[in-house]
Amino acid sequence: MTQDNRLPAPHGLLIDRQQTLTFKFDGREYSGYAGDSIASALAANNVWLLSRSFKYHRPRGILTMAGQDANTMVQLPDEPNVLADREAIREGLIVEGQNYNGSLTNDRDMFVQNFARFLPVGFYYKAFYKPKRIWENFWEPYFRKKAGLGKVNEAAQEQYFDKKYEFCDIAIIGGGAAGLSAAAAAADAGADVILIDENPQLGGALNYARFDVEDSAAAALRQQLLDKIAGRVRVFSNAVCNGWFADHYLPVICGNRLHKIRAKQCIVAGGNIEQPLVFHNNDLPGIMQGSAAQRLIKLYGVRPGSRAVVATANSAGYGVCLDLLDAGVSVAAVADLRTDPPPHPLAQAVAERNVKIWHGHTVYEATPTAGYRHVSTAAIRPLSGRGTCSSGGDTLECDLICMSPGYMPAWQLPCQAGAQLGYDDTRAAFTLENLPQGFALAGAINNSTTLAAACRDGRRAVATLGYSLTTENNDNTSDEEAEEMINTDWHIFPHPRGKEFVDFDEDLQVADILNAAADGYDHVQLAKRYSTAGMGPSQGRHAALSVARLLASASGKSIAETGITTARPPFAAEKLGVMGGRHFNPERHTAMHQQHIALGAQFMPAGLWLRPAYYGEPHARQQCIEKEVLAVRNNVGMVDVSTLGGLEICGSDAGEFLNRIYTGSFTKQAVGRTRYVAMCNEQGVVIDDGVACRLHEQHYYVTATTSGVDNVYRNMLRWNAQWCLDVDISNVSAAWAAVNVAGVKAREVLQRAGCDIDLSTEAFSYMAVKTATVAGIPARLIRVGFVGEMGYEIHVPATFGNALWQALTAAGAEFNIQPFGVEAQRLLRLEKAHIIIGQDTDSMSFPHEVNLEWALAKNKPFFVGARAFEIVSKRPLQRRLVGFSLPADSPKPKEAHLVISGEAMSGRVTSCEYSPTLNKIIGMAYVTPQQTEIGTTINIRTDGGVMAAAQVEALPFYDAEGARQKL
Amino acid sequence: MPFGLLKYGLSRRYPAKKHFGTPGDLKSSYDVVIIGGGGHGLAAAYYLAKEHGIRKIAVLEKAYLAGGNTARNTAVIRSNYLTEEGVTFYRESLKLFRDLSNEFDYNIMYSQRGQLTLAHTDAAVRSFRWRAEVNKHLGVQSELIGIDDILKLVPNLNVSADARYPILAGLWHADGATARHDAVAWGYAKGAAERGVEIHQLTEVTDIVSSGGRVTGVETNRGSVSCDVVLQAVAGASSLLAKKAGFRLPIVSYPLQAMVTQPLKPFINPHVSSTQLHCYVHQTARGEVVIGGGSDPYPLYSTRSTLDLKESLLGHAAEMFPFLAQVRLLRQWAGITDMTPDYSPIMGVSPLENYYLDAGWGTWGFKAIPICGKLMAQCIAERSAPALMQPFALSRFDRLEQVNEMGATAASH
Repeated sequence: MTQDNRLPAPHGLLIDRQQTLTFKFDGREYSGYAGDSIASALAANNVWLLSRSFKYHRPRGILTMAGQDANTMVQLPDEPNVLADREAIREGLIVEGQNYNGSLTNDRDMFVQNFARFLPVGFYYKAFYKPKRIWENFWEPYFRKKAGLGKVNEAAQEQYFDKKYEFCDIAIIGGGAAGLSAAAAAADAGADVILIDENPQLGGALNYARFDVEDSAAAALRQQLLDKIAGRVRVFSNAVCNGWFADHYLPVICGNRLHKIRAKQCIVAGGNIEQPLVFHNNDLPGIMQGSAAQRLIKLYGVRPGSRAVVATANSAGYGVCLDLLDAGVSVAAVADLRTDPPPHPLAQAVAERNVKIWHGHTVYEATPTAGYRHVSTAAIRPLSGRGTCSSGGDTLECDLICMSPGYMPAWQLPCQAGAQLGYDDTRAAFTLENLPQGFALAGAINNSTTLAAACRDGRRAVATLGYSLTTENNDNTSDEEAEEMINTDWHIFPHPRGKEFVDFDEDLQVADILNAAADGYDHVQLAKRYSTAGMGPSQGRHAALSVARLLASASGKSIAETGITTARPPFAAEKLGVMGGRHFNPERHTAMHQQHIALGAQFMPAGLWLRPAYYGEPHARQQCIEKEVLAVRNNVGMVDVSTLGGLEICGSDAGEFLNRIYTGSFTKQAVGRTRYVAMCNEQGVVIDDGVACRLHEQHYYVTATTSGVDNVYRNMLRWNAQWCLDVDISNVSAAWAAVNVAGVKAREVLQRAGCDIDLSTEAFSYMAVKTATVAGIPARLIRVGFVGEMGYEIHVPATFGNALWQALTAAGAEFNIQPFGVEAQRLLRLEKAHIIIGQDTDSMSFPHEVNLEWALAKNKPFFVGARAFEIVSKRPLQRRLVGFSLPADSPKPKEAHLVISGEAMSGRVTSCEYSPTLNKIIGMAYVTPQQTEIGTTINIRTDGGVMAAAQVEALPFYDAEGARQKL
Repeated sequence: MPFGLLKYGLSRRYPAKKHFGTPGDLKSSYDVVIIGGGGHGLAAAYYLAKEHGIRKIAVLEKAYLAGGNTARNTAVIRSNYLTEEGVTFYRESLKLFRDLSNEFDYNIMYSQRGQLTLAHTDAAVRSFRWRAEVNKHLGVQSELIGIDDILKLVPNLNVSADARYPILAGLWHADGATARHDAVAWGYAKGAAERGVEIHQLTEVTDIVSSGGRVTGVETNRGSVSCDVVLQAVAGASSLLAKKAGFRLPIVSYPLQAMVTQPLKPFINPHVSSTQLHCYVHQTARGEVVIGGGSDPYPLYSTRSTLDLKESLLGHAAEMFPFLAQVRLLRQWAGITDMTPDYSPIMGVSPLENYYLDAGWGTWGFKAIPICGKLMAQCIAERSAPALMQPFALSRFDRLEQVNEMGATAASH
C-alpha cells in the first residue's frame, strides 16, 4: 500500500525517508519510514482504526500521538497492550489488533453498545448473583473472557534487561523550552545536570506546536537552546522518568535499561496534557487532540485528514488550524467555545485565510461512517449554558475533528513527590502547590503559557533550587505577550443519546459519572472505584478534569475540594522485565563447593547457601544416604559445615553477654572448653542453638544455625545497644570454612593429615576446643558430637577451606573416608535425638517442651526469655517432644503428619526416618503430656489417612550413654 | 441479560436510591460509635443493626468510605492457616463470604478460584504438610501436591529445576477465593445504612473521652459525641488510636505494597503464591494481574511506594512466570499493616471499659471482615466475647498464650 497521506519535507522531523520499512498490521502489509511509530505509519497509509474499546468494542484510533492514551493499544507477537503511537516500526514487525471478536474492522461484540442503557455504572454490582453461585459458575468466566485487552505470549523469548545507577545535582524531566532553559541555566551555574526527555528528539512542543503565524519562532529557539546545553548536560532521550521516589530517586526507562538516578534536586518541566472535549461520539477515529494532529504533521509528515473541524478554547487551536492549512487540509470551521475571545495573532491569521470561525460554539456531536469506523460529520452548535447548546450552527462533513479545549498540568510526578493539586477558578485550571524540598516546576506545568514565559520559568526554577543565576540568565523582564487563559471552565456536553465519553479507556460516559454520584459514590475516590474512571491503562490522564468537574457539579462542592485521585507510580505503564530484570538474587557457595560438584553432590538450598544433600545419583538417593550414614557409624565420614553461623564475642563482658543472650551459664566456662548454647526470644520460645567455645578469658567463638545466624547477630546487636556491655560482636560466618570429621577413625584421619597437637582423649577430650594447625593450615578444632561419634569440627579461614577438604580427602583415603551430606547428618543426629531448630521446634516451642531444661541455667538473674519462661513453666505442660519408633516395614510417617487421639489432634511428627543403623523407623513427635511415657502407643495419621501405631521410646535412640562421642 | 438491569434501561430517569446517604450533622449521642469506616467497622455496624437490633450507631470515617486497607488489599480470601483457632475462625469467615452477594442484594463478585502456595525448600514442604493436615482435620480443603498436579492447575508456571529456587511442592487450597474488595465494604455499608446506621465520611476522631476507666464519648473534627460503647476498627492506625484511648497495643506498623498490571486476557486461574520469593500473583475479573508480597522491612506510617520493593517483587513475579517480563505494570500502591507478635489479630475487650478492639490485622484483615464483624457485633451486644474470638483477646500477650500464625501468613496473605 502506498503512503498516500505522507506530506513532503520539511514536514516529518523524525522520519528518514531514505529508509523504507515494511511491516504488517492486522494481516496486511504496509510501508513506513524509519522513525515512524506504528500509528504514524498506519496513518500515512490511511489506516485509522487501531483498537477496540474495553467495554463497547467501539473502533478507536489516534487520540494524542504522545503515547498517553489507551486508544492506540495493539498486540505484538510477544507483547500485549503496546502503544502504537510510541512503538517504532521495524522491518518485518507483525502487529495485530486486540480485544475483538471476529476482526478488528468487524467486531461482533460491538452490539454491546446498543445495550449501554441496560449497563449502568457499576452494573456488575447490581446483578449476576441470582441464583447463588451463578456469578462464579457462569458470569465471571464469561466476563473474564470478554475483559482484558491483549494476550500474553506464554512462549515469549526471554529478553535481556539491565540496570545502571546515575547521580547528578539536578535532574530535569522534560526537554521542552522550559526544561532546556533550566538545563542551560543550571549548567551555567555549575550544576551537574541530567536532562531526561521521553521523545526521540529534544524540544518538546517546539518540535510540533505553532507559536507564531510564520511558524519560525519555535525552531529558532530550539536551536538556540540546544547550542547552549551542547556538551554541558547529560541528555537522556527516548527516556521516561517513570516515577518519583523518596529523596529524588528516579527510575528512568530507556528501552530495556533502567537508569536509577539519585538526584540532589529535581526540576519537572513535563508540560501539560491536552484534554478531550466531551461530546456525543467524541471517540471516533479521526477525532483527536489538536496537538496530536500537529505531531502527525510536523514529526511524522502525515496529513491527519482532508477536511477538518477544530474545536478550541484557546489560541493553540488556531495554531493547529494554521498547521492543518499548511499541510493541505481544508478546515471547514473552527468552533471556539469562548464567546468573546481576546484578539490573538494566530486567530487573526486563521480568519485571514477565510476559515469560518464560530465564537461561542462547540462541536456538540459527531456522526460516524458505517460501523463507527471514522468520523463523517461534526455538528457545531451555539452554547446556551453550561454544557448545553441551542439549535443553530451547522453540520459539516469532515474526516477530522481536532480538540483543544484545555489542559491538565502533568501532575503525576509532582504529586508522587508530595505536591498537592489546587484549582484556580479564575483560570479554570488545576495548579500544583506545596512542592517538596529540592523540587521545582518549570514551564507549561507551572502555567507558563508563552514561550518566553516558559524559558524564564525554567531559569527561575534553577534559582529556586539555590543556584545563583548568571546576569544573562537573571533576566526578569516580562515580555509584552500577556499570559493567556488556556482553559475554558466547562467542556462537557451531555447528549440525550449518551456516548459522550469522559474516560475512553473504560467507555465511561457523562451519565456514568453522574449516576455514580447519585448512587452515593460522590467522593472522587469512591467514584473512581465504583465507575472505574481513571482505572484504565491511561490512569485518568484524559478523564481527570472531566470527572472532577462532573463530580463537583453533582455534589455541589468546589473542584478544588473534589480533587482527583491519587497519582501513583509508574507515570506510564512499564514492562515488568525492566523493573525486575537483572535481579540481585545471590547464591552462596562454600569454599569446597567445586569439590562437592566433583563428588557428584546433589545440592539443596539452606538460606542463600547451597549445601550437598547427599552424594550420588537422585534415583539412588536412599542408598546414598544410608551408605553415608553407615560409613559414619562404622568407619569415618566428613561433612562440610561451613555454612554454620560463626560469631566472635570479645571483650571483658563477653561471658556476661552470653549469660544474658543465651539460656546457659558461661562465666565459669573454662578457657578451652565448649558449651551448648540455646537462645530464646522474649516470649521464651527457643529460636536458635549452637556451641560457645571459650578461646580466651575474653573471647568466645559461638556457632549459630545456618539460617538463623543473621537474626542471632541482629538480636545480639539490638540487645547490647540497650545493655551497653563491654563486648565486641562480629558475624564471621563467611570468614570461616569448617569440616566435621566424624567416626571411630576420625582421630587417625586427622593425625594422617598432620596435626600439631596431641589428639588423645586425655589431652583433647569431648567438648574441648583448641587452636592448632591441620595439614599446615591454622585451625580451631572443636570436639563436638552432633552426629554422635567421635568427631572434630575443624574451622579454618575460608581461604583454606578447599585446601583443608583436599588434605582430609587425601589423608582419609586409606581409611575409606566418606563425604556425607545434610540428609545423612539429619538422620545421624535424629538417632542421637539432637533437635534441629525450626524442624523440631516451631514458633511456640518452649525449652521444656523440647527437653532443653538442662540447658537453662537456674541461678542466673536474667536471660532473654527467662521472665516468659517463668510464667509458662508454671502452667501445666501442653505438649512435649518424644521419640517414637515403628517397625521397618510399617507405613512411614512424614514430618508434620498428625498424632491423633480419638477425634482430636494431639500432636505432630517433627522428624522421622528409617534408620539403617537400628533397622527401624525412628522419629520425634510432639504429644500431650499423657502420651509421653515410654511404651505408650501413639497413632499417627500418615499419607492417605493410613494410621500407624508407633511406640514412644526413650531418647536418644543410639548410644544412650554417649560413649562413642567421648572416645 | 439479567432482569435486575432492565429497570435501568427502561426507566426514563436513573432509578437511583443512594446506597448510603449523607446523614447530615452528627448527633450528640449514639449507642455505639464505630471508629473506622472500612470493611471491619461497617460489617460490625451491619450485624449490630441486623442481628442485635441496635440502630443508634455512627460509623466515623476520617477519609472516604473503606478507603484504608479495605481499598488497598489484594482481595485474597483463604482459610488455610496453621493453628486450630486460626483455621476455624477463617473457615467461618469463608462460609459467610459465599452468601454475601445474596444477603446484600449487591454483587461482591465472590469467586472461589483456589489458592496455590509454592514450596521451594524442604522446610516449606514440612510446614505446608503441617498446614494441610491441620486444615483437613478441621474440614478445610488443603492438600500438599506435587509438580504434576501443580502444572494441571497452573500450566504456565515456571517449574524448571534450573530456577534459583526450584519448586518442590505446593499447598493447594481449593477453598481459596477472591472478591471485589470495595464491594464487600459497600455491601455492608448499604445494608447498614438501610437499617439506620449513620455513616459519616470525612469525620476524624481526634480524641477518646473516658471517665472512671470507662469510655463515654469521642471528640471529632466535627464536634463531640457521647456514646455507651466504642469500637475501634482502624487498621493501619490501631496503636495511634489506642494511645488516645490511653493504652498501648503490642503492634508495630509496616507498609505493605502491591501492584497491578494492565488488563490482559485470562491466563492464570488460581491465586499463586510463593513464600520463598515473597511474591504472589493472581488475575482479577478485569484481567489485571495483581502482584503482592511481604510487608516492607522497616516500620513506617507512610503509604509511599518504593522502587526497591518494586524491583524485587517484579523480579520474583517474572521468575514464577517468565513471560510476564513483557507485561506492563500500571500502578503501585501501599497500605499500612499492623503486625502483632504472633501474626494473629486482637479482638475484644480493652483496658478501657466498653471500648472494644478490632485490631492487629496485619496483612490478613480483608478475609476476616464477615466473621469479625459478626463476632464483634455479638461481643458488643452481649458484652461478652464469643468462643471463636476468645483466643484472640489482647490479654493473651500477658498470658503468653499466643496464636502463632507466622508460618501461615508471611507473603501468602
